[in-house]
Amino acid sequence: MADVRVQREDFDAGAEAAALARGRKDVGAIVSFVGYCRDEGGRLAALELEHYPGMAEEEMIRVVREAESRWPLIGVTAIHRYGRIAPGEQIVLVAVASAHRGEAFAAAEMLMDFLKTRAPFWKRAVRTDGVAEGWVEAKGEDEASAARWGAAEN
Amino acid sequence: MKAVYFAWVRERVGKAEEELNPPPTVRTIEDLVAWLSRQGEGYAHAFEKPSTVRAAIDRVHARHDAPIAGAKEIAFFPPMTGG
Repeated sequence: MADVRVQREDFDAGAEAAALARGRKDVGAIVSFVGYCRDEGGRLAALELEHYPGMAEEEMIRVVREAESRWPLIGVTAIHRYGRIAPGEQIVLVAVASAHRGEAFAAAEMLMDFLKTRAPFWKRAVRTDGVAEGWVEAKGEDEASAARWGAAEN
Repeated sequence: MKAVYFAWVRERVGKAEEELNPPPTVRTIEDLVAWLSRQGEGYAHAFEKPSTVRAAIDRVHARHDAPIAGAKEIAFFPPMTGG
């Protein structure tokens, strides 16, 4: 059910979402979210994403299991890229299929909140002006968003 | 045990991974952080604010009071910024 991938390559978000319903008659809703690299008003040349190989996949699977324990989901696909990503490129995909829209919306949002705060990825910003690049700092609001869902069970 | 470091923790320590042999008095992640920060300038810099460094034991997030007995791989890294 859960399809979790950590990869350098780009992905086809539309095809991934459509694949969740292919050949099925019980899917009533698919919600997908794609996170993009933005240029921060022209200041950002690229993001370099570092990850913890092995744990990144395992933690994403734990996050998906957490969502599956809370809502009746039919399928989940989560893809997170690493390496150099330019503004306008896709970084992350979460797609959720369920019988009704409510659980698909909620699960997709929880998945993203938990992926941001628990999946071991770190962004380094490469600036267009060539000035020192730096590690992106974690935002308190991301922790607050994740905390809305209560403590994770694992 | 093997230690692995990521992002600015890796840069400050100056290596991505290493084999560690802490003394038996080092029982928890917190103890290990305190011991590591005495292993040189880079370590002291990486762990200067222990609360800003996260840890994982055998690829599972761990609190600083978690015991490290039996751990094969301990990771240290900044708060995650993926997504």
